[in-house]
Amino acid sequence: MTAALQFHNLTLGYDRHPAVHHLDGAVERGALLAVIGPNGAGKSTLFKGIVGVLKPLAGQIDLHGLRPQDIAYLPQAAEIDRSFPINVYDMVAMGLWHRTGLFGGVDRAAREKIEHAIAAVGLNGFEDRPISTLSGGQLQRMLFARLLLQDARVIVLDEPFNAIDAKTVADLLDLVRRWHSEKRTVLAALHDIQLVKANFPMTLLLAREPVAWGPTAEVLTPENLLTARRMCEAFHEDAAACAVPPVAA
Amino acid sequence: MLYDLLIAPFHEFEFMRRALAGTFALAFGAGPIGVFLMLRRMSLIGDAMAHAILPGAAIGYLLAGLNLFAMAGGGLIAGFVIAVGAGLIARSTELKEDASLAAFFLISLALGVTIISVKGTSVDLLHFLFGSVLAVDDPALLLIVSITTVSSIVLALIWRPLVLECVDPGFLRSVSRAGGPAHIAFLALVVMNLVGGFQALGTLLAVGIMMLPAVISRFWARDITRMIVVAVGAAAVSGYAGLLVSFHASLPSGPAVILVAGVLYALSVIFGPFGGLIWLAIPQRHLEA
Repeated sequence: MTAALQFHNLTLGYDRHPAVHHLDGAVERGALLAVIGPNGAGKSTLFKGIVGVLKPLAGQIDLHGLRPQDIAYLPQAAEIDRSFPINVYDMVAMGLWHRTGLFGGVDRAAREKIEHAIAAVGLNGFEDRPISTLSGGQLQRMLFARLLLQDARVIVLDEPFNAIDAKTVADLLDLVRRWHSEKRTVLAALHDIQLVKANFPMTLLLAREPVAWGPTAEVLTPENLLTARRMCEAFHEDAAACAVPPVAA
Repeated sequence: MLYDLLIAPFHEFEFMRRALAGTFALAFGAGPIGVFLMLRRMSLIGDAMAHAILPGAAIGYLLAGLNLFAMAGGGLIAGFVIAVGAGLIARSTELKEDASLAAFFLISLALGVTIISVKGTSVDLLHFLFGSVLAVDDPALLLIVSITTVSSIVLALIWRPLVLECVDPGFLRSVSRAGGPAHIAFLALVVMNLVGGFQALGTLLAVGIMMLPAVISRFWARDITRMIVVAVGAAAVSGYAGLLVSFHASLPSGPAVILVAGVLYALSVIFGPFGGLIWLAIPQRHLEA
């Protein structure tokens, strides 16, 4: 197996404080990887680094030739301004950004794709609804429709199932499994351990430092989970500069 | 009778026709900008930017007297400097955009008033702050229409990133780097439209034709395209009705235009189909599903 993404001594963070500290390893092409860890463990930070929103403080992410449009990103639902007057159709259509760019039109073939994606997540009839009228589950379905349109080789999902009911989770997991069967690489930040054990073959347990990374059953041991929970979340204002020397790339 | 009331002033007087054309052009330029300012939660930024262009216009006035292009050029330069400066500071420090603009515009306002009072009279100051729609001459009209044209084209170009940066900034950053440049271009459009409005309405009231129609539109539409149509319509109606009121009642024209917009706003707050107060007062039975 070849790697889709590789982390070399990667440190990501804010204001010089690391949120992901010295991460090494590779995500194999076609992997279905769960990233779990307590709040503040660096899951979202890692994903922001992968999609290029955040620059590493040290180390690097090797994308092995992936172009930006090859990576689709589902931000946490909390980052969306749901009061904005835009409807479901237009929001889903943004998934075609890499084909339409800033000004490109949406032709008949594209419209068919958009309608198909909306149908695939079970939101038929919601096309003209303002996003402010959607429930949490419907909003997440809409965002998955947008991911479908992005048609990317790597898909990064930041807490896709938070506060979502069981039926919606099951439907959306079907899509995730479909992506996996299509040999796409999927990374998902999750909190539900049972769900990870049942659906994700590989797991990265993160608590700022990587705690364990490998087959899910070997990673999610009680000892590892306890270690992760004990890792302190707070930044130290007066923390010294990290002693580990930067490794030349 | 109706003709005398509604059409004759424009038929008979050229300055009224020019004023009407000027306010319509302002409506088309400033209306959509106002809607985006509101949706980006920057409603008061327009006000701040309006103060920010004052020292530039004042320096133009100091150098060349009441010369249209000197004042407009000075206003544009001052506005751009402050928009870009405040935008950069907001994006690279802990300060939020509103805080960094607040610092800039207060300094600008003090500077502008000082510069005008060094040379001019209090009449000049009033002209700066409140403008005069009826004094819009051909060059001023041409300037306003040019600004509206450029503004419409640029807005069409940056439409997608602008919308997406409001709704889902994380997603936009993952697909495109256009967010930052689009934001700067948008601030430039705000400045341009304020400079256009400055000729007719003065620095203080130019914001009125931008923001009041935008706020009105929120009560009449739930979709950004329709909101912009409503905003442009409300601005144009305010311009037309305001000019008539000012003509028949011998009131200053700029404030009359903005006051009409204020009346439309009050009506919208009460009767608007989306969130109007009247719907709270009328008991309505809930629906089946």
